[in-house]
Amino acid sequence: MASVITEQEKLIGKGIKRKEDPRLITGTATYVDDMQLPGMHHACIVRSPYAAANIKSIDIKAALETPGVVAVYTGAAVKDVGPVPCGASLPGLRVPHHHILAQDRVYFVGHPVAVVVATDRYIARDGADLVEVDYDVLPAVADPEKALADGAPAVHPQWPDNVAFNFHQENGEVEKVFAEAEVVVKQRITSQRLIPSSMETRAVLAEYRSGEKALTIYSSSQIPHLLRTLVAGMLGVPEHKLRVVVPEVGGGFGSKLNVYAEEALMGWIAMKTGKPVKWIESRRENFLTTIHGRGHVDYYEIAAKKDGTITGIRLKLIQDLGAYHQLLTPAIPTLSVLMMPGLYRCQTICADIVGVFTNCVPTDAYRGAGRPEATHGIERMVDMLAAELKMDAAELRLKNFIQPGEFPFASATGLTYDSGDYAKPLKKALDIVNYMGLREQQRKARAEGRWMGIGMSTYGEICAFGPSPATPAGGWESASVRIEPSGKITVHTGVSPHGQGEETTFSQIVADELGVDFNDVVVLHGDTAIVQYGIGTFGSRGTAVGGTALYFALQELKAKIKRFGAMLLDTDSVVYEEGRCACRKTGNSVSLAEIAGASYRAMKLPPGTEPGMMATYFWEPPNFTFPFGAHIVVTEVDKETGVVTIQRYVAVDDCGKILNPLIVAGQVHGGVAQGIGQSLYEHGIYDDNGQLLTGEFMDYAIPKITMMPWIESEHTETPSPVNPLGVKGVGEAGTIGCSPAVVNSVVDALSPLGVRHLDMPLSPEKIWKVLQGGQA
Amino acid sequence: MIAHPFDYLTPKSLPEALLLLADPDAKALAGGMSLIPMMKLRLAAPAKLVDLRGVPGLTSISEESGRLKIGALATHFDIESSRLVRAKCPLLAMAAAHIGDVQVRNMGTIGGSIAHADPAADYPAALQALEATISIAGVGGTRAVSAAEFFVDTFTTAVGPGELVVEVSVPVEAAGTGTSYQKCLQPASGFAIVGVAARLQAVSGNISMARIGVTGLSGCSFRANGVEALLESGSDPQAAAAAIANGIDANSDIHASAEYRLHLARVYAAKAIRAALAAAR
Ligand SMILES: Cc1cc2nc3c(=O)[nH]c(=O)nc-3n(C[C@H](O)[C@H](O)[C@H](O)COP(=O)(O)OP(=O)(O)OC[C@H]3O[C@@H](n4cnc5c(N)ncnc54)[C@H](O)[C@@H]3O)c2cc1C
Repeated sequence: MASVITEQEKLIGKGIKRKEDPRLITGTATYVDDMQLPGMHHACIVRSPYAAANIKSIDIKAALETPGVVAVYTGAAVKDVGPVPCGASLPGLRVPHHHILAQDRVYFVGHPVAVVVATDRYIARDGADLVEVDYDVLPAVADPEKALADGAPAVHPQWPDNVAFNFHQENGEVEKVFAEAEVVVKQRITSQRLIPSSMETRAVLAEYRSGEKALTIYSSSQIPHLLRTLVAGMLGVPEHKLRVVVPEVGGGFGSKLNVYAEEALMGWIAMKTGKPVKWIESRRENFLTTIHGRGHVDYYEIAAKKDGTITGIRLKLIQDLGAYHQLLTPAIPTLSVLMMPGLYRCQTICADIVGVFTNCVPTDAYRGAGRPEATHGIERMVDMLAAELKMDAAELRLKNFIQPGEFPFASATGLTYDSGDYAKPLKKALDIVNYMGLREQQRKARAEGRWMGIGMSTYGEICAFGPSPATPAGGWESASVRIEPSGKITVHTGVSPHGQGEETTFSQIVADELGVDFNDVVVLHGDTAIVQYGIGTFGSRGTAVGGTALYFALQELKAKIKRFGAMLLDTDSVVYEEGRCACRKTGNSVSLAEIAGASYRAMKLPPGTEPGMMATYFWEPPNFTFPFGAHIVVTEVDKETGVVTIQRYVAVDDCGKILNPLIVAGQVHGGVAQGIGQSLYEHGIYDDNGQLLTGEFMDYAIPKITMMPWIESEHTETPSPVNPLGVKGVGEAGTIGCSPAVVNSVVDALSPLGVRHLDMPLSPEKIWKVLQGGQA
Repeated sequence: MIAHPFDYLTPKSLPEALLLLADPDAKALAGGMSLIPMMKLRLAAPAKLVDLRGVPGLTSISEESGRLKIGALATHFDIESSRLVRAKCPLLAMAAAHIGDVQVRNMGTIGGSIAHADPAADYPAALQALEATISIAGVGGTRAVSAAEFFVDTFTTAVGPGELVVEVSVPVEAAGTGTSYQKCLQPASGFAIVGVAARLQAVSGNISMARIGVTGLSGCSFRANGVEALLESGSDPQAAAAAIANGIDANSDIHASAEYRLHLARVYAAKAIRAALAAAR
């Protein structure tokens, strides 16, 4: 037994390249569409071309007669399958029964009406064209405010007002504060519909083994275990007889934090036909039928004293829900309300949400889910207040921030902010851009007749979802760590990484905690047959909740390692360091591999100790975490064309302790790209008949690399006290911080023209019209 | 996004290709960058695809008696990167470089682009300004038409059923000629909301010849004769550019209203004229 203990380098905090990347960049990762099963059939779905219509009849004869078509099913066949689930509950929520195939009426363009199953995907596609559906077209409504107007077509005939729910929350003496306010600023602010656009569309493959009565569903999902529980319920399959496997997932951004009709439908077809069946969503279907994000019309009022102290915030929020509730649809705007006060001390708030049905695809969680909308609202209002009071935007923010000594801070909406120093990232960002110098530059630019703008946002967010009582399905996370007899380590995590890099960060945690080589750790996820129950990846929870579960599992293992180590070293006190157990007195030590081997060989066991080397931990977080940051954006507006150019983008994010700066940078860059998309380009537009006008990438503009500015990404690090890793979460920060900073910058550029607000996206034509008329 | 079934044919000579294309259910395939997406969206459903890429002699770029002859199958990348084109007809190289992205430019061809005649495509503006000649081959022989005659309407050209574009001929620019192509991008597709090609001959700032080609603004590319006349009679660029929209029935869609498009046309015309003037020096 060796006795030298060497100082080992810690990996946490290092920009280690992702373990995931080699397979992703060499094209050797396995996605659902890469999977082939013997005898596999292919499904193609017949979808409604109308936003609202009664189905008079469906003729499947021609399709069925096509050689290679195996079966065609319509709504009647699956009417007893349980509804597509809504996991959110709100008082008085109206929940339309969401069949997996339309019954006698369709509610949005893309609504599944029938499914063709064939021996190959080409025949299935051709067969779908042969299904003849006779529709009686009805008037539709696609705009939430129009849906609320008298005489609007009813999306669901049983609820003619189109209201799915009303939600009210308030704190403080709202009426009094507004009556006594020295200044009140009001504005209607929209957060437009966005199309999540993950690179991989949805994909489902189902296989039924009749001998075992066991169903396996492969799906591109963010939530394998929840999917299993919910689809088992829909299909009436006992949960232990359903296995859900999530192979490589090419992006989700919230759109795969869901349970879709097609997931149950493929399971049902596999059971019905006894053959595996695959369905790969086309890009066109992805635009039309995968959830959209945002869809807010917000009426804000902010009350303040003349010195800039914010005294009250009032919000009427109209949420475009679409035709149905998907998994979390109605819950998303309630997150906006929770986040309403932003980073500011204000304790008086009042919010009213009206959730509105429209003949559109449902909205649901999209990167940030409720928090970008809230941040956009409050950060625009604070800028408008600054303009009204002729105060500097940074100064007004600094004046109203919750101060470092006030944490934990009880927010007006009932949250407890864990930790923060909000001035720090703002001051850092102001320093980086040389704010005073920049304002001077702006004065010069204006004198030359150029429209240069400086805009900022200071955002807060709610991450690490979350304490179980505050989440629809449990907010804990699980991890199990198994040290194999050779000392190599297998981690099973209940989260379901799909681009967030947890195979890497979790390996870093294991490497540091157990003093082992990073490459001796494998992190497995996304298969309900091998991983203990978990909640999944969304809401920037993977590392803060899943990583913490892993951390605690490792602590349990370390205790066991030490018991075996002490036994092997024949002593009663050992230390575990750098992958070895050592006895300080004798200087003798034993390696982890030796200990692991001994634990399985079990010639001798420490008293009261089981053989083997494995620990499982389910961690319930006591609170959310609350990251924050400041983004500053410098823009210039082309006077002739209205085109906005981002000249500088500075992001200073505080996501708590940083485990891997490379991964954090990637998350910030991606988030900002999607924020810029919302700010300048993206808009899911439905016409009055409920037809999606931006139904392909030829019309829906996500920013390409050539449309992105250089992002200067910096950080401050304020650890979270909520978990022992001190991490908060960074998956959504870029998106949340971005849009208000961009819009504030452009409004600042055009403020000499009297512009005080512009709604996104800031298209050149919109701005050109402002330049023509002087007002938005 | 799956096309209807089709047969795939690979002729090895021009006569063979023309013979195959005599079938009204057959369609020529060049780079596939317009045709394949249309087939996948089921907006086109040819029963037979006749792939022209195996036909020899259609990709060459050469100089012949004061003109550049460009084979219909030359890709956008071939054209933007050709030394000959860049030196002798830079406007065409510039237009090619504005098309889509690298992948599209590596596959798409000039013949396919102009035969497709998307009203927002880039080449048509340049070919109008260049007064290009386009050779069209049919079973009965080959004829040449001017760019002005070639582009008839939205997705409509002088190419008849069963005919093929085989060559595009553009002038070798004389000394003192300046050209420029200026394009306002539609952010989603990358096509032109408007694109203006300017080609000027000027001596110490006096314009003796002006040719202005426009794309994206209306249903079909066109030559802005009014602007040309103003420039040739000494108007300043700004004032001349303002005439570009005269009498035009401008396109209107979710990316730009007619009013805004007309405004952009004036702005981009002025930009193109100024840049061409600078290049003429
Ligand atoms: C993502 C993307 C972005 C794009 N962006 C732009 C852009 O910015 N600007 C722009 O101008 N274009 C753009 N395009 C279109 C591109 O330039 C195409 O390559 C071009 O329009 C068609 O050329 P092709 O060789 O690919 O023709 P194909 O797609 O093969 O054929 C197009 C049509 O022309 C016919 N055809 C082909 N060759 C001939 C011939 N020799 N004679 C007669 N008929 C023929 C075919 O039968 C078919 O009807 C874009 C395309 C894509 C996919």
